[in-house]
Amino acid sequence: MIAFLIKRLMHAILVMFVISVLAFAIQDNLGDPVQQMVGQSVPESEREEIRERLGLNDPFLVQYARFAKNAVQGDFGYSYFYREPALEVIARHLPATLELVFAATLIIVLFSVPIGVYSAIKPRSPISRLFMGVSIIGISIPVFLTAIVLIQIFAIGVTVTLFPESTGWGAWLNDFFSTEGNMPSFGRGYDLVNVVGNWDTNLATWNGLQHLVLPAVSLASIMLPLFIRLIRAEMMEVLQSEYVKYARAKGISMRRVYFVHALKNTMLPVITVGGVQIGTMVAYTILTETVFQWPGMGLMFLDAINRADIPLIVSYLMIVGVIFVVTNTIVDLIYGMVNPTVKLTGKPA
Amino acid sequence: MTLKKTLLASVIGAVVAGTTLLPMTASAETLRIGYSADPETLDLHEQLSGGVLRFSHLAFDPLVRWTKDFDFEPRLATEWEQVDETTMRMTLREGVTFHSGNEFTAKDVVWTIERLKESPDYRAIFEPVASAEAVDDYTVEIVTTEPYPLMLNLATYIFPMDSEFYTGETDDGSDKAEIVKAGNSFASRNVSGTGPFVVTDRRQGVRVDFERFEDYWDTESEGNVSNIVMTPIAENASRVAALLSGGVDFIDAVPPNDLDRVREADGVNLIEIDGTRIIGFQMNEERVEAFQDARVRQAVDLAINQEGIADRLMRGFANPAGQFSPEGYSGYNEELVPRYDIERAKELMAEAGYEEGFSVEMIAPNNRYVNDAQIAQAVANMLAQINIDVNLRTMPLAQYWPEYDTRQSDMAMLGWHSDTEDTANFFQYLSFCIDEETGAGQYNYGNYCNEEIDALVTEADSETDLEKRNEMLREAEAMLYEDVGFIMLHWQNLAYAAADGVEAEPVVNAIDFPYLGDLVINRSED
Repeated sequence: MIAFLIKRLMHAILVMFVISVLAFAIQDNLGDPVQQMVGQSVPESEREEIRERLGLNDPFLVQYARFAKNAVQGDFGYSYFYREPALEVIARHLPATLELVFAATLIIVLFSVPIGVYSAIKPRSPISRLFMGVSIIGISIPVFLTAIVLIQIFAIGVTVTLFPESTGWGAWLNDFFSTEGNMPSFGRGYDLVNVVGNWDTNLATWNGLQHLVLPAVSLASIMLPLFIRLIRAEMMEVLQSEYVKYARAKGISMRRVYFVHALKNTMLPVITVGGVQIGTMVAYTILTETVFQWPGMGLMFLDAINRADIPLIVSYLMIVGVIFVVTNTIVDLIYGMVNPTVKLTGKPA
Repeated sequence: MTLKKTLLASVIGAVVAGTTLLPMTASAETLRIGYSADPETLDLHEQLSGGVLRFSHLAFDPLVRWTKDFDFEPRLATEWEQVDETTMRMTLREGVTFHSGNEFTAKDVVWTIERLKESPDYRAIFEPVASAEAVDDYTVEIVTTEPYPLMLNLATYIFPMDSEFYTGETDDGSDKAEIVKAGNSFASRNVSGTGPFVVTDRRQGVRVDFERFEDYWDTESEGNVSNIVMTPIAENASRVAALLSGGVDFIDAVPPNDLDRVREADGVNLIEIDGTRIIGFQMNEERVEAFQDARVRQAVDLAINQEGIADRLMRGFANPAGQFSPEGYSGYNEELVPRYDIERAKELMAEAGYEEGFSVEMIAPNNRYVNDAQIAQAVANMLAQINIDVNLRTMPLAQYWPEYDTRQSDMAMLGWHSDTEDTANFFQYLSFCIDEETGAGQYNYGNYCNEEIDALVTEADSETDLEKRNEMLREAEAMLYEDVGFIMLHWQNLAYAAADGVEAEPVVNAIDFPYLGDLVINRSED
């Protein structure tokens, strides 16, 4: 176990190293940060001075060596825009993103398991077909559009006048399809509770939760259909297996067969895929956070790209690399717990 | 499909909305703003940008400020007179205090002007100013190196800072007055101005909170905003949604695609203003020999249908332009209007010997100006009619400027807003013959050079008789129009939108700095 963790730690360091080299190699293509820092009428000589002071004129290797030397000591450079150490900026934005990912994951788990299992058990029922149809649509709508539609329906509100208002049923239907809006459409709200350090949470107040709902739903909307279909497929396969047939023959209640014997084995591949997908979800937060002005790492990263805030871009990429390594490690650990036959140290079998 | 989705959605909606508490009830005077950008820094002199200047008008006051029709309105300076050719004497307002409690006097103005001259972003603009001197506590004399007609224009940039507050050393031994670009200086985090609002909290990129300054000098102002919460919302669609959903009361930069939607929505009002930013193209004479021929440049200009672009592509959200200066500027010449004439353009191409045409590469940004990439595409198509084959590349702003600076393309798009709100600035940066020494023609992408025009504008810039000066600038515009040193397209409009009761119309202006201290909110509370 310890050997495994040490090995993963080495992985993380390797990943950070490779990402930092890559990020540095492309930084010339990210744009000119000085251009974003000066007014239009600042002469070229002045700009050159700033470039010199920021060390942007040094050759690649010199810049990288300086960065690496500081990075080893935990200093990832200074964000040009925030005027603070890049790591501090990221640390401040991290909780918002993690809460969003957490909420989205919660939605995914709460909905995908029951729906997936149900549609595996009763594949022909109209409800299963409806779920499958909706999930195809869900999988193919970009998260950006989902977010805009959610905002229109729940934050701005829609007024339907499709049916004749004069008739009782028409008015009722119009009323039924129209929405009030009123859900918050941007930001985390002003009613946050400080947990510890710079972690303010949305989860502790009603207002905070309201702000969380729409972003979390739209972030979940990409993964949810995927998981429903995955669980359904795995479950159907497991239901065909010998031991399920045997359990049935033994006369064990169907509920127990489905939810204890079959579901447990269904979850193995789901956990593997799920772990990787949660990492991917951090990437999807860039879109979701931009639409909802959610002040997390994704929005911060997109702003950093627009401003060519190179130290922040490099640090973000490295941190995301670490997040991937960490989630994969956790997935492997859980995997080991669910299925004890898996050996973590990776010794030759 | 949509119906099914709506049905499903409204079921969920009904459940959620049913349990939703009432929206946060804000007191009548709190203004929640959604701006496309927040101030990069709290140090006014660290960066000259729209965000910082808007902030300047909240936490500080200028000596004078622009009115809607480009006149000067006294703020911290109450009177001014030109004592001699190079000296302007300004009388300052008495009884003004800074947020820190210090009293505002002439020494603060002098201190601020000296700091402006140190600032990388303002140094070039304040080049004409030689020195400033406090005659007594409420009189200051500003001396220019040469006769300079735009001293009042510059005074709109002088937001006196609290010299006592910004003097001294911080705990870690750095100078409180220092200007550090993208650094963590004292002035970039701490504020003491004379303005109507005090910064109470700031989380960069997330929100800035303001509270009305209790001892604000302008007690005659009808402004009744007691608190401001400013959230930067960069994404256009999200900003509009935030207003429509009632999450904010006031937004800037309504995108053209949403204008109709905002106009027709209940509970919000659209405010459109004619802008002063010229959008156009520059032709690179270094790389394309044909562009050195004035007839070819004229042909390019004639082939472009400015009215069509403004009408259809911009949906009326722009005024077609034939010159740099928008109406209201000193050099505005009403005779210079767009002259779309495709037949004449073809004739000129033939006369110049380019009947067969040629091909050029064009670059344009795709996230800087309103509809920039589409405009470039339209221009490319229009040029095809006179056999100029355009290979267009568009790119995001962060990549565009470095590309622009290399001048390695044949045509480039540029939008320009005059920092001094004056005609001469356009010429000096965009069409003057390039001179690395003086910095003239810094944005003259095409290396266009017409010494006659340059001489005329330079002369105008030391002419203190404003009537004479305006005449010279009008003449310069006419010469450039004839010679086509810059392809003018239009002045891009500005659009704000505000919730009902937020009477923003009187406080917004073409300069794009809303004077929120004077904003009246008149919500009919139910």
